[in-house]
Amino acid sequence: MSDHGTAEGHALDHAHQFDDAEQQRDASTLGMWVFVAQEILFFGGLFTAYTVYRSAHPEAFAHASHHLDIMLGGFNTVVLIASSLTMALAVHAAQLGKRGGQVLFLLLTMALGSVFLGVKLIEYGHKFHEGFVPGPNFTYPGSEARYAEMFFSLYFAMTGLHALHMVIGIGILAVLVAMALRGRFGPAYYTPVEVSGLYWHFVDIVWIFLFPLLYLIGRH
Amino acid sequence: MSGHVVSARSYFAVFLALMVFTALTVWAAYTELGPLNNVVMLGIAFIKATLVILFFMHVWYSEQLTWLVVTASFAVVAVMLLLTMSDILSRGLLGTPGS
Repeated sequence: MSDHGTAEGHALDHAHQFDDAEQQRDASTLGMWVFVAQEILFFGGLFTAYTVYRSAHPEAFAHASHHLDIMLGGFNTVVLIASSLTMALAVHAAQLGKRGGQVLFLLLTMALGSVFLGVKLIEYGHKFHEGFVPGPNFTYPGSEARYAEMFFSLYFAMTGLHALHMVIGIGILAVLVAMALRGRFGPAYYTPVEVSGLYWHFVDIVWIFLFPLLYLIGRH
Repeated sequence: MSGHVVSARSYFAVFLALMVFTALTVWAAYTELGPLNNVVMLGIAFIKATLVILFFMHVWYSEQLTWLVVTASFAVVAVMLLLTMSDILSRGLLGTPGS
């Protein structure tokens, strides 16, 4: 795949082991989906741990959830879904070979991703300040502090792993911007934008589940 | 096929739907629905995830093999949850022998 853009790549729009460009594209998409499937199971383990502990201590989880900022969490949900839209539009621009659109939408996606991480940083700061970080210095105003600590352990593990994926995603987008600027993507070849998009949207989906499960339980 | 170009209009429509469902889930969280709160919350999350998977991730236009990988991954997570919870929730139902 890396020989695209070389003299040989221009002569042939697909690598020699594929019948045509479409088969090559489908193979890349499928390969990326297999990776995403692995990621779904990776996060699935954490969601299972969450289900086990929440089913055992529903009250403690509901009370601990009250200490998360629903405004910041909601704002971040909107920001992340908007970043998925700009990512989809970046793929769109790549398919149509619009170089300006590719760069613009990739940069917008990076910017929105950075806003998300910035807000997450502010939230983490609050939690450190209030003593909600699990460990010897954990302080909790309510009862069932032990199980609230479990909620916050899961909160930091899940949002932390999610944030790590975002950091990696922003790095990938930076590489795509450099490639887009050199005019590497067009109707015949846009696979890197397409599969990076799959990764970015997957990270969005994880947050779609994290937001209600962490921020919205026990509000009623 | 993966070469399908989705119109920008469709992307904006999906985005709008996702925003509406986000507002709906926050509203539902503040409404007393009893045990239904969790069902509504997860139901909305699944609808949102499906919209992202089908349209933003182009699965709607993908070949069957991609559909298989996508559904299989969620099915395996469901099996993991189901077997784990059937163990966790049934513990103690029979008591401990000898005590």
